[in-house]
Amino acid sequence: MSTNATHEAATHQTTIEADPNLPTIRIIRDFDAPPEKVFRAWIDPDLVVQWLGPKSTEMRIDRWEARTGGNYRYVALQNGEEVAAFYGSFHEVRPSERLVQTFTWEGMPDGVSLETMTFEDLGNGRTRTIGLSVVDNLEARNAIMASGMDLGVNEGYEKLDALLAQG
Amino acid sequence: MSEDRLSRVFAALADPTRRDIVARLAVGDATVSQLAAPYNVSIQAVSKHLKVLEDAGLVTRSHDAQRRPRHLEADVFDMMTAWIERYRRQAEERYRRLDAVLASMDDDKSEPTINQGAAS
Repeated sequence: MSTNATHEAATHQTTIEADPNLPTIRIIRDFDAPPEKVFRAWIDPDLVVQWLGPKSTEMRIDRWEARTGGNYRYVALQNGEEVAAFYGSFHEVRPSERLVQTFTWEGMPDGVSLETMTFEDLGNGRTRTIGLSVVDNLEARNAIMASGMDLGVNEGYEKLDALLAQG
Repeated sequence: MSEDRLSRVFAALADPTRRDIVARLAVGDATVSQLAAPYNVSIQAVSKHLKVLEDAGLVTRSHDAQRRPRHLEADVFDMMTAWIERYRRQAEERYRRLDAVLASMDDDKSEPTINQGAAS
């Protein structure tokens, strides 16, 4: 069965694929910029802080060595308070093509995911990014998928909440 | 509890025979023997698969006491889709911010800035 959630019509909607058999999440998205530029927005810390952190948090980068073998650490801030910290290494930085990182949330130090981002040149100044996250097991993957539940409880998902109450 | 539920649904659907059973129940309710017919397995084996699907809340038994046809709970799929949709929406919000960053960047800066060490 397919667990894809794609939005019809709009060109640049994010697509998520969660394989029922594998502990992976694939995120696919097109951008109106060439691969060099998209890649730069992914590795230049001054640009990264502008978009990568979760909504309603500010991101502070403590360490960011975007080269093969380098490492990074960043902190999410809410009203000036540290709410989460993340670290990992840059396993491979291949300009404009491929970015491979490990990723750990310090709140769960034994959990580590392998993040492979591929930058595909679509021509005409457009790029498709394909992000593949591989985690330890299906339970961890599902917990990550369900973590969205913590955010935006007031967003009006009454139907979902009702279904969960049944379960 | 909610993560558990999602894990059970994913685990139940990890098996190809169970996915096939779900696909057939999507067409209409069916009894255990009707479901077992196309497979080269015993009714007991199919019953085991159905038990997993029932535990995950994907399949229920209808009230017809004699035949007890199995029924697919489409709401559970709605729930899973909603779950994935919420995750997707978070990614989408992040990538919209990236759209804005890309729009604000200079075009002619060909070499990526690779900063090393502290950044802020």
